[in-house]
Amino acid sequence: MSDSAAGVRLARCAKTFADGTRALAPLDLEIRAGETLVFLGPSGCGKTTLLRIIAGLAQPDAGGRVFFGHDDVTARPIERRNVGMVFQSYALFPNMTVGENVAYGLKVRRIGAVERRRQASRLLDMMHLTGLGERRVDQLSGGQRQRVALARALAVEPRVLLLDEPLTALDAKLRENLRIDIDRLLRSLGITVVYVTHDQGEAMALGDRIAVMSQGRVEQIGTPQEIYYRPASAFVADFIGTMNRLRGECGDGWLRLPAGALRLPAHAAASDHVMFRPQDARLVAPDVGTLTGRVASAFFLGNMTRVVVELDGDQAIVVDTVERRAFEHGDPVGVDVDADALLIL
Amino acid sequence: MKAAPRFVAQLAFTVLVCAFLIVPVVLSVLAGLSENFFVGVRSGLTLRWVGQVWSLYSQSIFLSLGIALACVAATLVLGVPVAYVLARRPGRVTRLFEELLVLPVAVPGLATALALILFYGEWRGFRASWLFILVGHVLFTLPFMVRSVLAVMAAIDLATLEEAAASLGAGFASRFFGVVVPNARHGILAGALMVLTLSVGEFNITWMLHTPLTKTIPVGLADAYASLRLEVGSAYTIVFFVMIIPLLVAMQWLARERSPAMARRDER
Repeated sequence: MSDSAAGVRLARCAKTFADGTRALAPLDLEIRAGETLVFLGPSGCGKTTLLRIIAGLAQPDAGGRVFFGHDDVTARPIERRNVGMVFQSYALFPNMTVGENVAYGLKVRRIGAVERRRQASRLLDMMHLTGLGERRVDQLSGGQRQRVALARALAVEPRVLLLDEPLTALDAKLRENLRIDIDRLLRSLGITVVYVTHDQGEAMALGDRIAVMSQGRVEQIGTPQEIYYRPASAFVADFIGTMNRLRGECGDGWLRLPAGALRLPAHAAASDHVMFRPQDARLVAPDVGTLTGRVASAFFLGNMTRVVVELDGDQAIVVDTVERRAFEHGDPVGVDVDADALLIL
Repeated sequence: MKAAPRFVAQLAFTVLVCAFLIVPVVLSVLAGLSENFFVGVRSGLTLRWVGQVWSLYSQSIFLSLGIALACVAATLVLGVPVAYVLARRPGRVTRLFEELLVLPVAVPGLATALALILFYGEWRGFRASWLFILVGHVLFTLPFMVRSVLAVMAAIDLATLEEAAASLGAGFASRFFGVVVPNARHGILAGALMVLTLSVGEFNITWMLHTPLTKTIPVGLADAYASLRLEVGSAYTIVFFVMIIPLLVAMQWLARERSPAMARRDER
């Protein structure tokens, strides 16, 4: 299937709705063949619009172009783009059995009934749905339905697989299982995938690269590690994971706070704020910490404890620790922050 | 067992209302089977009047059936695409169109018929043919078909289903006949039965539009009541019931068939 995978290139793709709303600012983007790119952002950020433009369900504003490999597919409707699409609501055809659903794309392509059945059962096996081909769609669980939808999308050997919040309608446990299956599947197929979600966990786990979107723009595009450890903007920093932000006064390369002082990195020695992840700070004894404060609350999460520290002078930070001790409200603590983990945006 | 008196009262009321509606119908049926209505059932039961109705009006019966079937065909061809457009493009214009569509139901049938006669009366051949009545019936029954199909189409996520089909390579015709129509089949079937029933029973418009050669069953019924023995008119009612009741039962059965599927859908 990997031979047919094509990269996707968007050139100056913008989208303005009929009522004048700008859903998407002009965008140039390249998705490499065989890559999984995740569009991640809050609702209304334009990620679904972007997916629909790639699919051919929406047209970019005049001047925008969509390429699959070297083909300019801008003018082609979705039915001639050879994409596979998976929807949040599954969108399985209720009038067909599971097997007929999976084989629908092959039927449209006038492939014989015997071959269709063979292909459908192969795909159902691949999706761990062996023997369910004769079932009605409404006899399946949500997780099974989405597997059928995936099998149906893959049956036509699409050049690009498009997934629109495929796990959102499922409950947490199923979501986790299906996510692991999708991950394994996508890696083994080597297919080009565009995946839209608002869930950063999904994005981190599945994406080769993540494009974080906000208000019709791509804020940052990069590997999950890049996005997480080197966010390009305050929006990305805040949207992905938990981020601490401290404001203070800058002087001589130090950020001075009522609770202590932090050395600023050389390239941003004049900043009035710093950010850092909860796992980049450590709780220490009150008398040796760079910063001092008191425990405001603590949440034991099993693999770690998340402690909210009220710093002297009314700023709060979150610190993750694997220490096996019980934190009490009001305990005085010191906090050290890894100097090279400080972010300034 | 405190609720017992109330239950008895409710039951009695229900029975009373049913009797109020059903007794006249039963009497009419009996009248159609009695030798002499004024003497009553004691005069003996006979199928003579039913036979007489058949010999006098069999042509009306076949005409009515023909018109009803043609009406179903026409409302299917017109109504399913209209419902599809209304479901897929909800907006002010389509909303207005939906309201306009119901006008022939709201306006008295006589007025609709008069308008048709004023407008098409000049075309003699058309005016005198059964097609003229068919036009009236289609006008009257189309909204019922559209509403019935639209209700089902609105309950499924048609837009996404179509997008899914399109993503798999299906062009418009494949999508419409392979996905849209099969998934709206309950609404289409219910609409068709409704149209069939309404067309067979339609009187107001038909009475204005008919000619002596294009009498439908209800017009014939009025005719029989007006000009023949009461027993013949009543026997006519029996013939009418025999035709219409299976349709009504089919509609009820269909509605019951549909509800479990609906319930399952709601569960999701």
